[in-house]
Amino acid sequence: MERILFGDNQFFAVNHISDEKSRAQSIKFKDDQAIITTLDEAIGAGINTFMCTTHDRIANICDIIRANPDKYRDFKIYPCMPYAHKYANAVTELGIAGTLKQYVPGNFLGSLFKGGIAYLSKDYLSIMELLIDSEMKMFKGINTPVIFLQNVITDLLLGLKANEIFVAFHQYIRKKYDAEAGFITMNMPMLLDVLQQGGIENPVICSSINKAGFRMSGGKEIYEKTLQTKKIRAIAMQVLGGGAIPPKEAIEYVCNLPNIESILFGASSKGNIENTVSNIHHFDKTRL
Amino acid sequence: MVKIGLIGAGKMGISHLAILGAHPGVEVVGVCDTSKMVNDFLSKYGNFNCFTDYQKMISQVKPDAVFVAVPTKFHYSIIKELLEKNIHVFAEKPFCLTVAQGEELVKMAAERKLVNQIGYHNKFVGTFREVKKIVAGGALGNIYHFVGEAYGPVVTNKKQDTWRSDPSEGGGCLLDYASHIIDLINDILSPVISSKGSLLKSVYSSNVEDAVYSLLELTSGVSGVLSVNWSDDTYRKMSTSITVIGTKGKIISDANELKVFFKDSDYPAGYSKGWNVKYITDLTEEVDFYLRGEEYSAQVDYFVKAVEGKVRNTINTFESAWYTDRAISIIKNSTK
Repeated sequence: MERILFGDNQFFAVNHISDEKSRAQSIKFKDDQAIITTLDEAIGAGINTFMCTTHDRIANICDIIRANPDKYRDFKIYPCMPYAHKYANAVTELGIAGTLKQYVPGNFLGSLFKGGIAYLSKDYLSIMELLIDSEMKMFKGINTPVIFLQNVITDLLLGLKANEIFVAFHQYIRKKYDAEAGFITMNMPMLLDVLQQGGIENPVICSSINKAGFRMSGGKEIYEKTLQTKKIRAIAMQVLGGGAIPPKEAIEYVCNLPNIESILFGASSKGNIENTVSNIHHFDKTRL
Repeated sequence: MVKIGLIGAGKMGISHLAILGAHPGVEVVGVCDTSKMVNDFLSKYGNFNCFTDYQKMISQVKPDAVFVAVPTKFHYSIIKELLEKNIHVFAEKPFCLTVAQGEELVKMAAERKLVNQIGYHNKFVGTFREVKKIVAGGALGNIYHFVGEAYGPVVTNKKQDTWRSDPSEGGGCLLDYASHIIDLINDILSPVISSKGSLLKSVYSSNVEDAVYSLLELTSGVSGVLSVNWSDDTYRKMSTSITVIGTKGKIISDANELKVFFKDSDYPAGYSKGWNVKYITDLTEEVDFYLRGEEYSAQVDYFVKAVEGKVRNTINTFESAWYTDRAISIIKNSTK
């Protein structure tokens, strides 16, 4: 993985601290061209990996990338699935079974919902595989070396102790897409233990890691200890703690932690992208 | 270990189940759902003891407390049975479909000294807690107006009907969506006592309202506006906000950001004259397990602690949720 990964929250009005900023972002990135312009600015600053949700609009971005193979030759995408709000809103409206009916492709589920039919538990993993394939369709022909499970799903499964699903996800991503499985979580130390117990060595885990301890469940100390003592390929996100920490201080903290392979951030302006990149390079060089 | 059972493993139920599953002080002793598919998944992968009959579950696993996350029309009868068996209850919102039903359950829970809580999770959101504190401290002077708003993309086109589109089952924007902000208004200011006029509008749904607009009056005499629309797809997810205006200041807050203006030097500690902005990051306490928002873990943890006798059962009690049920019925009646 590259040291710096570019995120997509800003493109889809995801802002953890302000609804107003979120609307401003929605307006700014109304057209796909605005997203491409910002991606090009990130590439200009030396970032060649875009980590993004499987939002409908990413399909358009993928079309543009495929249409310009020379320009995007070294460009990689790390898909993060599923785009949770799509399913969450559907579950509110249609229920769990109704949502699966709507999103699982083909007639696969028809027999499952007619009731009374015994089905094997491996069918759940088949449903998962079908959902992965349907989410991955938009990335056809694009280099996707790491494929992530989004935090809402990861953490839901973690709480339910459905640990086998993680292993199945990991295996399927490797087998079908020749890629590494990644996991986004808000509960990194707990997840790492579970993945190791499941035989997934040195897993790619993306989680909030910041000086303020924001969204670091169980506390910052447990995270720091985990990074120091365990085998993990960590990606730090929310390094600015939702804006609570001054940028330089924030980057300095993350750059000095062990085992952080990559830093994920998103920004809307060229200036902010360049500043963050230069801060990371600076603190990587002066690392204690 | 508190022994907890869950009835209803839908969207909220499954979210509670994951949080309970990760809670070190909880043993999930049983899960009940009508869907074979959900039960099979939970027993196979989560190793939960699953039932399709909640009465059977209760008699077999003997829980100390039960989470009820079924459609609202079943709340009254299920909660009543649980209370009769002296089981502590956490139920999803809204509380009951009629004020009479709710009143009976409030009384029962009090008589039997059982912990009772309803899942109005906004009460555990740092920004809204801070709004309540500022308002209670009197720093806004004489409060004369409020605006409570909630918008989001739940029903954004004409689709198949579910219980959420059936008013007799607890569906519709008023019960399902507006209840959140009504509950906050009740809690932060004072309970709704009357409506000067309400509009329930259908945008896409055929049987229920998709938007609620109402002029409300509170027990304290303060009046204000309620504006809620669950068919607004300019929002990515539900956005709930409250504005409170008084003679000495004004607050505008949502779940992420609190903006408060103090007119003169009479402001609380940690603030200054003029505009102040605080973010959820400054106002949130870290949780041990995170799923969808700190508030969901915090409310579950609070309930567990109340059952253990470590905290007093005062937030989101049946009684407070009953005031919200009452406001819902006041708004409904005011459209007739």
